[in-house]
Amino acid sequence: MNEPTSRDWPLWEVFIRARRGLSHSHVGSLHAPDADLALHNARDLYTRRSEGVSIWVVESARITASSPDEKDEFFDPAADKIYRHPTFYDIPDGVQHL
Amino acid sequence: MSQTADQQYFEALIADDSRVEPRDWMPDGYRRTLIRQIAQHAHSEIIGMQPEGNWITRAPSLRRKAILMAKVQDEAGHGLYLYAAAETLGIERAEMLDLLHAGKQRYSSIFNYPTLTWADVGAIGWLVDGAAIVNQVPICRCSYGPYVRAMVRICKEESFHQRQGFESLHALSHGTPDQHAMAQDAVNRWWWPSIMMFGPPDDESPNSAQSMAWGIKRHSNDELRQRFVDMTVPQAEVLGLDVPDPDLRFDKDTGHWVHGPIDWDEFRDILSGNGPCNAERIDARVATHSEGAWVREAATAYAAKQAERVPA
Repeated sequence: MNEPTSRDWPLWEVFIRARRGLSHSHVGSLHAPDADLALHNARDLYTRRSEGVSIWVVESARITASSPDEKDEFFDPAADKIYRHPTFYDIPDGVQHL
Repeated sequence: MSQTADQQYFEALIADDSRVEPRDWMPDGYRRTLIRQIAQHAHSEIIGMQPEGNWITRAPSLRRKAILMAKVQDEAGHGLYLYAAAETLGIERAEMLDLLHAGKQRYSSIFNYPTLTWADVGAIGWLVDGAAIVNQVPICRCSYGPYVRAMVRICKEESFHQRQGFESLHALSHGTPDQHAMAQDAVNRWWWPSIMMFGPPDDESPNSAQSMAWGIKRHSNDELRQRFVDMTVPQAEVLGLDVPDPDLRFDKDTGHWVHGPIDWDEFRDILSGNGPCNAERIDARVATHSEGAWVREAATAYAAKQAERVPA
């Protein structure tokens, strides 16, 4: 929850679905005293021009993020597996639908 | 000088024209510069609501009133995007507001001029928002990710601000002789302050070089000022309004409009607090903030009460 030293309302991260068929994407953050007001503030702040059909708000303190300090060890395992990409494979010319 | 791995990573991000994100290591100076610049930018949006808000109740038609309300609401939104971007650097919004109220962080000096007539609303949209756009578009490519994302949203929305101002001035300029004179008077008063919005000339802008090296600033003050003048002078012709600069001339060799000397004493005087509205703007901001305190307290109390009721 909110740290006791903070003089402001808790921070919330705002995610918006731009239109049906798309996933919610992060658009920014805002302060609000509770989840209901966070939703209303998000509507006023991030959808003034019909940018969304659905909003998620998540209290920022509840998010667990990977650490930039560990980015190498954390993401290295994927770096040497180029055979996971379709372009890795040699296919004779003229083969179709592959 | 030996660099730590953190420093090297930061330098590499800047060299690659990549983006720095909040949890990356960054030099203290980079962090301080960004906090100062983003806070000043946020404060400018919030203080900027006042000169135009002054005319909402007296807009000449329902159409103009609805437009002006939407524009002033956008300024509030832009302030909030920017405060959120600054908060990613480790400063709280409440602290930035305290610094603004105490005069320890600045806002753009342009908002210390009064809005004397309805035409000023049009002139602000056309000139002040026009200058702001020229300043802000390059920040959409600056090195700090959260600032970039806020600026991309702001620039998208700012275009309407400038166009509505141009349209409003165009209507006045092509209206009755009195309306035309009112539009010209507004342009006479807002032209030079808008030119000064780009800041001091390059040889008197000591922090610019470091900001450029860090990718916070992409063009010099004078380059951006020239870009604005080149864009705006032909627009004044379409408006049928004169630019109040007797020395203004087109240089065929360079393809640029050359403006006359700028009164930097006026700029410095306003920066040091002696503009026509400096005290009024801060007084109004502080009054609004303290008069709204009960709303913030009530919402906090309500949230606490609800949290107690809901079983964990």
